[in-house]
Amino acid sequence: MMARPALDVRDLVVGNGTLTAVRGVSFTVPAGGRMGLVGESGSGKSMTALALMGLLPMGWNAAGSVLHDGVDLVQQSDRAMSARRGRTLSMVFQDPLSALDPVRRVGHQITSVIRRHTDADRREAERRALELINQMKLPRGEQILRAYPHELSGGQRQRIMIAMALACYPQLIIADEPTTALDVTVQKQVLRLLNGAVKERGCALLMITHDLPVIAAMCDTVAVMYAGRIVEMGPVAEVFRSPRHHYTRGLLDSQPTMDNIALDGSSRLASIPGMVPPLHDLPAGCAFHPRCNAATDTCRMRMPELVGDNAACWNPVAALAELSAP
Amino acid sequence: MNASASLSVLSAPLLEMRQVTQTYALRRQSLFGARPSLKVLDHVDLDVRPGEAVGLVGESGSGKTTLTRILTGSERPQSGNVLFDGFDVWSADREKRRHFRRSVQIVLQNPRSSLDPRMRVGTSLLEPLRSLQIDCDHAARVIEVLDQVGLGRNAIERYPHEFSGGQLQRIAIARALMPGPKVLIADEPVSALDVSIQAQVLNLLKDLVRNLGLSLVFIAHDLSVVAYATSRVFVMSSGKIVEVGRPLDLFTKPQAEATRNLVGAVLSVEGGLAGTALD
Repeated sequence: MMARPALDVRDLVVGNGTLTAVRGVSFTVPAGGRMGLVGESGSGKSMTALALMGLLPMGWNAAGSVLHDGVDLVQQSDRAMSARRGRTLSMVFQDPLSALDPVRRVGHQITSVIRRHTDADRREAERRALELINQMKLPRGEQILRAYPHELSGGQRQRIMIAMALACYPQLIIADEPTTALDVTVQKQVLRLLNGAVKERGCALLMITHDLPVIAAMCDTVAVMYAGRIVEMGPVAEVFRSPRHHYTRGLLDSQPTMDNIALDGSSRLASIPGMVPPLHDLPAGCAFHPRCNAATDTCRMRMPELVGDNAACWNPVAALAELSAP
Repeated sequence: MNASASLSVLSAPLLEMRQVTQTYALRRQSLFGARPSLKVLDHVDLDVRPGEAVGLVGESGSGKTTLTRILTGSERPQSGNVLFDGFDVWSADREKRRHFRRSVQIVLQNPRSSLDPRMRVGTSLLEPLRSLQIDCDHAARVIEVLDQVGLGRNAIERYPHEFSGGQLQRIAIARALMPGPKVLIADEPVSALDVSIQAQVLNLLKDLVRNLGLSLVFIAHDLSVVAYATSRVFVMSSGKIVEVGRPLDLFTKPQAEATRNLVGAVLSVEGGLAGTALD
């Protein structure tokens, strides 16, 4: 029998009555699997994460179903979600300084997560907190536990966030741009830690980011979001090696790589023209058509659907095999 | 290498820092003795020639921001010299100082916070002409500069909130171009932008260097972005320049430890797919 997936999202819609940020999104994260959700600002990827965690801003509501641990998270009360966060699913945010409590020592913040969700006493919780800190390769653990968030560096704070997220062995961790605010050299260390910790515990990961190399390093499958919908989904290697959607193709082409550098000063980086459309003014048909050089009349009128592991596109990019055929 | 690039190798530096050292006084630790100090820049040499694009990379805390402030003349170094067009910026007469202030302009990381939200874009663009007291046909200059950054004249009447991040960064670049500078200093100009927009702004900066003959100093923490837009890169670590070289050489045979760290930290899609990204 297949293990129950860590997360099964069906037709998720998130809106506030006038605006719709997420317009019907479905995906599955298998138990222990790693999925990436890629998109630019305004794609709806962060609203998706907040809806999954029951943390939508005031006035915003979710519809559809989100199955996790045998319940539909969309139907859960605030109280039930609050009892669940940190236990079966937890989240790592982009900015640890605003996610941590500035007036409590970090040790206290970690132990309070542990004591809230388990029957560990104070001493046991402190022991586990120290163990987590050590696993996060933070030197001088006791000293760090006594520190306040502002006394730590960005990388240290993000490790504390990961330690808190892992504290109760959740089935799923949602990480929203966990390394975007960090220096490149620190980014790699933090990703490595998150990778190791998730693997060791068999915990599933939903990684949300605009950064394609981070997805390639961390995930097995990827869903590319644009204007509130998933436009392409599949195994990372397949999607990144031979993208079918022109938006995915464009994102991959705009990555600066060594190939471009090797060229002379007149080389240009491929870029996607125009900008992400605002939520209140989405184009008809395929939302990407005004920026797409393969758009036809069909694209301008009818919205393409995502069927299975494929791209929501009327004229998908030809696969490599088709291109090389005579 | 093309003709203009090889020419610039021969010409004298346009903007130059010589043996610049900067220290900041820290809080007094005891009642007696000198206040402790922090050496932020340690005998730094940096130069950019006419029409050349140079990069400056380093981790946060390596001194990039202080260097930028000194390069633009907003901070006076404790020792060492800043030279523009051959004269020392801090001992120059009034006229030469004016020339320097017009000729060196800066673009900051986040255009949303560097543009006044209550000012129409047209007014923002005129601001440098006003403060630097430059006489010219202001209206014509605004249209010319908007055209150089790929924006239409309908931007003039609009407010910053009506634009996306990428368009705002174009506006910030346009504002820096208004006084007709010789050197553009760009401090993390694309790190707040989306990936597909980053490419647009990087291409624009490259075009400006080529078409207007501008010199560019591109400051960032990500070596791959800097390498794309520049032909010579300075690597900084704890207040010192530890390596200078062509981007390709830095990538393929980094010498200093700081350079090796930065090169090793660059993630690529290919590396990720090969499963070696986090090794």
